[in-house]
Amino acid sequence: MNGIDLVGPQFAVLIAAGLALVVDAVLPRQRRLIPFVALAGLALSVAWSISWVARDDYQTAFGGTLVLDRYAVFFYFVFAGIAAAVVLASIEWVERAGRGQAEYYALVLASTAGFMFLASSRDLISIFIALELSSIPQYILAGWGKDERSSEAGLKYLLLGAIASAVLLYGMALLYGFTRTTELGGIADAVAAGGDANRSLLILAVALVIAGFGFKMAVVPFQMWVPDVYQGAPTPVAAYLSVGSKGAAFAVVTRLFFEGLGPGVASDDWSMIFAVVAAVSMTFGNVMAIAQTDIKRLLGYSSIAQAGNIMVGLAAISVAGEEFVLGASGVIFFVAAYAFTNLGAFIAVIAISQRIGSDRIADYAGMWKRSPALAGVLALCLVSLTGIPPTAGFWAKLYVFNSAIRADMAWLVIIGVLNSLVSAYYYLGIAKTMFVAQPAEEATFRPPLTLSISLGVAAAGVLALGLIPGPVLSAAHDAAETLALVY
Amino acid sequence: MTPGLEHFLTVGAILFCLGLTIALSKRNAIGVLMGIEIMLNAVNLTLLSFARFGVGHGPVTGQAFVVFIITVAAAEAAVALALAVSVYRNRDTIDVDKMNLLRS
Repeated sequence: MNGIDLVGPQFAVLIAAGLALVVDAVLPRQRRLIPFVALAGLALSVAWSISWVARDDYQTAFGGTLVLDRYAVFFYFVFAGIAAAVVLASIEWVERAGRGQAEYYALVLASTAGFMFLASSRDLISIFIALELSSIPQYILAGWGKDERSSEAGLKYLLLGAIASAVLLYGMALLYGFTRTTELGGIADAVAAGGDANRSLLILAVALVIAGFGFKMAVVPFQMWVPDVYQGAPTPVAAYLSVGSKGAAFAVVTRLFFEGLGPGVASDDWSMIFAVVAAVSMTFGNVMAIAQTDIKRLLGYSSIAQAGNIMVGLAAISVAGEEFVLGASGVIFFVAAYAFTNLGAFIAVIAISQRIGSDRIADYAGMWKRSPALAGVLALCLVSLTGIPPTAGFWAKLYVFNSAIRADMAWLVIIGVLNSLVSAYYYLGIAKTMFVAQPAEEATFRPPLTLSISLGVAAAGVLALGLIPGPVLSAAHDAAETLALVY
Repeated sequence: MTPGLEHFLTVGAILFCLGLTIALSKRNAIGVLMGIEIMLNAVNLTLLSFARFGVGHGPVTGQAFVVFIITVAAAEAAVALALAVSVYRNRDTIDVDKMNLLRS
């Protein structure tokens, strides 16, 4: 029983996934209940996480393969929130798709449980299992649509994802051979004790691991799937992929590199790899996004650039002493801010494209006159993605750039700020299209209730994190400190 | 001469590179899948040889890892074949070079 209590938040989500299938089989006339079963499971999961915060009694589970610390619990909240927003945003679309409603929600919940396990894994084996538990449902979801674009996106995503996990596994196998353990604490000890012997093997192993996770984080040069999959997959699924899979990958990479391969070990080498990848990703994503005419492809390229921004925090890993946690807490806060912001943008896109039946940016002309609420929220999210106050994105960028300056990486910050200027051009370009241009037709419309709720929550989150970032910043700082406690 | 750790590792590395080459160059989706399976089996061989020669007879972590990889690979292959069938029904081909609907 104690074991189940320790994985309670994940357990609640998995139970809801099973329950959704049971409801579908037992009460076929009550299919409308299924999304609410999913939401109830997520609510239970959040309640369970809150109980762990209240108990403040953090510990490891299952022989040290999983750990329940502030870091993991912070991400439990983020992932449960993401899943709830995606479930709400999916209701309309899934009903229209008209098949396998229970399976859709069960897959979303299963991969959410996978994200949660990823955030709490402290062992290479459990990291791998959790990664696949979250990935395989996403492959199916990306191919969920009936049209040929969706199945093509699903197959592409799966083939590239499977190659990436094979590369990751090879890196893990070499890491196991080098350190003779799969447990992150043991890896840290072995790497520290190993000194310079077998150093080339270690660097090869870590490069392969970064490549494998780089695919999930969608950073250059492992980004080629992003625009295709975002464009082809159903929009609610694209929203889910863009925040969930990226957030979980950053959660696990931060833990892996700060706990297993952290300071005093080899951090200077990784820090340079991360810095270069971050700079290239920001530049590539922003430059490619300028020329896009399809809003989903644009958000795909913008998410590559945002991954580069988050990675600036990882590059700050080499900061010594007390400030060591700055980079990690920057990553954590950025992931939370990015989750709200990008979900808001995607949900607005879902609502607009359901109405106008197009993803072309040119068709968003004059949206301000047709649906002020939708245009307003989308503009707010775009402002936050650019990083302009008073939004969540501003504090997130400030925080990671600050950590990079402390790590003596002023050049990276300069590249980051220049990139923010480039991104302002296309983010605010969409806003200008919506507010200034003349609409093709005048008919006004409102989004459906479920979409309005999730849109309202996302917008409130973006503003709340922007106006009063203090509580979440300190929670992120506490979470990052539990990573540093290992030393 | 009895084969040692480095021989097994060399075979594993060669297999991995072969698998990666196949996965990246094959045009048929099933061929790509076969390349991925070869890569995963190269990983298994590497893990097992480390477990046998490097760590010795202790905890069976390496072997346990391999069992998990085999299981997950089976699940992944099942989903991949289902998606391949779905693409084939829509397009009458599973040639990955012809999957070019997704362009701006």
